[in-house]
Amino acid sequence: MNSSQGKRFRQASIAITSAFAIAALAGCASTPAAPDAPTEPVDLTVTIWSANEAHLALFNEIADAYVEDHSDTVASITFETIPFDSYTSTLTTRIAGNDSPDLAWVLESSAPEFVESGALAPLTATLEGTKGYDFADLNESALSLWTTEDELYAYPFSTSPQIVLVNNDLYRTAGVPTPREQLDDGDWTWENVAESSAAISAATGTPGYQMYPVSWQYLAIVWDSFGAQPWSDDYTTCEFDSPEMVDAFQYIHDGVYADGAFPEPGSNYDFFTGQTAMIVTGISQASKLDGTFDWDALPLPAGPEGQANIIGQAGIGALSSGKNVQQATDFLAYFTNPENAAQLAQFFPAPRLSLTTDEKLAAVNPTLSEDQLQQIVVDTVTDASTFPTHPNFAAISNAVQPKLDAFWAADADVESVLASVCTAIDPLLQR
Amino acid sequence: MTAPFGPALAAGDATRVPRAGRPRKRSGARRAEVRTGLLMVSPAILGAIVFVIYPLMMLVWYSLQEWRPLAGGPVFTGLDNYVRLVNDPSLRESLTATAIFSVGLVTLNIALALVLAVLLNQKMRGTTVFRTIFFSPVVVSLVAWTLVWTFLLQNNGGINGFLSVIGIDGVNWLREPGWAMASVIVVQVFKGVGLNMILLLAALQEVPEELVEAGRLDGAGRIRIFRSITLPLISPTLLLVSIVTIIGSLQVFAQIRVMTDGGPANSTNVLANYLYQTAFEVKEFGYGSAVGVVLFALVLLLTLVQWTARKKWVHDEH
Repeated sequence: MNSSQGKRFRQASIAITSAFAIAALAGCASTPAAPDAPTEPVDLTVTIWSANEAHLALFNEIADAYVEDHSDTVASITFETIPFDSYTSTLTTRIAGNDSPDLAWVLESSAPEFVESGALAPLTATLEGTKGYDFADLNESALSLWTTEDELYAYPFSTSPQIVLVNNDLYRTAGVPTPREQLDDGDWTWENVAESSAAISAATGTPGYQMYPVSWQYLAIVWDSFGAQPWSDDYTTCEFDSPEMVDAFQYIHDGVYADGAFPEPGSNYDFFTGQTAMIVTGISQASKLDGTFDWDALPLPAGPEGQANIIGQAGIGALSSGKNVQQATDFLAYFTNPENAAQLAQFFPAPRLSLTTDEKLAAVNPTLSEDQLQQIVVDTVTDASTFPTHPNFAAISNAVQPKLDAFWAADADVESVLASVCTAIDPLLQR
Repeated sequence: MTAPFGPALAAGDATRVPRAGRPRKRSGARRAEVRTGLLMVSPAILGAIVFVIYPLMMLVWYSLQEWRPLAGGPVFTGLDNYVRLVNDPSLRESLTATAIFSVGLVTLNIALALVLAVLLNQKMRGTTVFRTIFFSPVVVSLVAWTLVWTFLLQNNGGINGFLSVIGIDGVNWLREPGWAMASVIVVQVFKGVGLNMILLLAALQEVPEELVEAGRLDGAGRIRIFRSITLPLISPTLLLVSIVTIIGSLQVFAQIRVMTDGGPANSTNVLANYLYQTAFEVKEFGYGSAVGVVLFALVLLLTLVQWTARKKWVHDEH
């Protein structure tokens, strides 16, 4: 290397080192700054995962009315849709990039993570202090997932019981009692679901019920009624290897690989076009039924430990990293007040007791009768539990899934598979 | 092989030829030329700095921190993430899956591309139609292509439906570890083989006919001609194709995400998917960045190995 080359090399080294230092400093500076109290009317943003035009029209109608009444504090409210599949990762990346929205929908599975981490601003004082809000009308069991140390961090705007929709035509063709008849006879159990499903499959070639869910936690519809849970209530101890959980998984395994009751995973069947006889889903899916076949809606079947109800939820909260926390919280109080909650209930089952009556529900769920709604919603929501959640849920879920993959094989040893799940998640439960 | 920018450098060198009596003007012209040159390459340099070098440096910087965005800003932890990586069984599973995918994809893709290119280099009727057929997946949207194949490969999908018609009981393609990896490799090979085929076809058409003819006159058979004349002459293109295919195979993400999401039992959880899971699902940005650094180092290392080894097998590089 001659002196000229040496000089150039040194210059290049200095330039690269400086650039790295600047980049590093930029990285250091990327932590969110403390929000200043604004004096001018602010622009609020709300991230959601729905792109449904009817939903957006209603949200904008409520938001426009609020802006009109509060033009001194809020200049505009924008609802930004993020696709569901990447919703939480996109929202998290925005928070990390100091581009936090003011309000955000939060998935049920992420609830403890958002609530416990301090990512959401407290709501209780604002909601209780808002005139006409009627905080006591909120269903306490619906709030539990979003509450820590008596402080509410998000409003569960959608509290949807898991219900069973059945295709009666397929049951009749197979010559087995319809689920309604089974329910009336006190035989609406998971055991009979498997028997009926095997009979329908044998008689019609159409699977009775596809047990394999999109995500493992949805198997809670079965294990809850077997008296099992994936981990202890304090989140610290794995219970996948409990006898109750082993029984629940053995039931599913027998149904798939021994009895031919449920198809193997890797298949895809659409209940709404008559490809299966039964589906467990949220209540809003009932609107897809168009009379192509004779159908019915029922509560979840009972297991060895009786019948267990489950609700699927979604929350909305004000992000503490947002720039306009107080304005966002105030708007949330308006957005979810009794009048607006009643409007939102046409799309999202509300957590308000006053709206959970068969008459009120029938008005917004025209597909379902008042009797059906009484049975599948009114009688179930007050004692329902949610799908499993954990403050470290994403890491735990990523560890559970590969281990449970071994369960979906004809020669799987259920007990050892579930023990391996506990081995994988024990360190993550403690974190 | 001509050096990159050869003619330009030659022109630049010409300006350095001393011209007696005009030193000041020559120096000014040289400076103007340098300025013009810098101006012309500046958009590319700026783009590389903003979109490649800066993010790369930030990746390294983030990999030295613990950063869980919901809980707060990053905290510098030195090499902790790398120590954790060394002991991470999921990373080992991921590296294994990446190696299997890369070897399978690169081998199948280049072999098939070469066979197709040789076959379609014949002067026969209908070759244009076949070239179009094999190239068309390249222009199809990657996610659309993958989604269609995902439906076809379902247990009750089109492939097994067809197999059952001819009396074969198909397997559960995307749910059995070995078959899942084979499925994603084959789907990706069909997606990308057309581009490599076209590149190799273009190289084959550049092989001088007189050399082939001379070989033939010397009594060489078709295989000998292909091995001793054709293959060496297309080796620079083979180098390009293999570098691009290997880099592409290490970066595969969308196909895995859509078809298997790394399952079953992490058998297809390649490095890019593991990076996504760690950084964006588990929300550990620092640890995910460390995985990203590993991926970058792997791509860099393999490219350097290929580049260094080219002198041994690429014609014109001896």
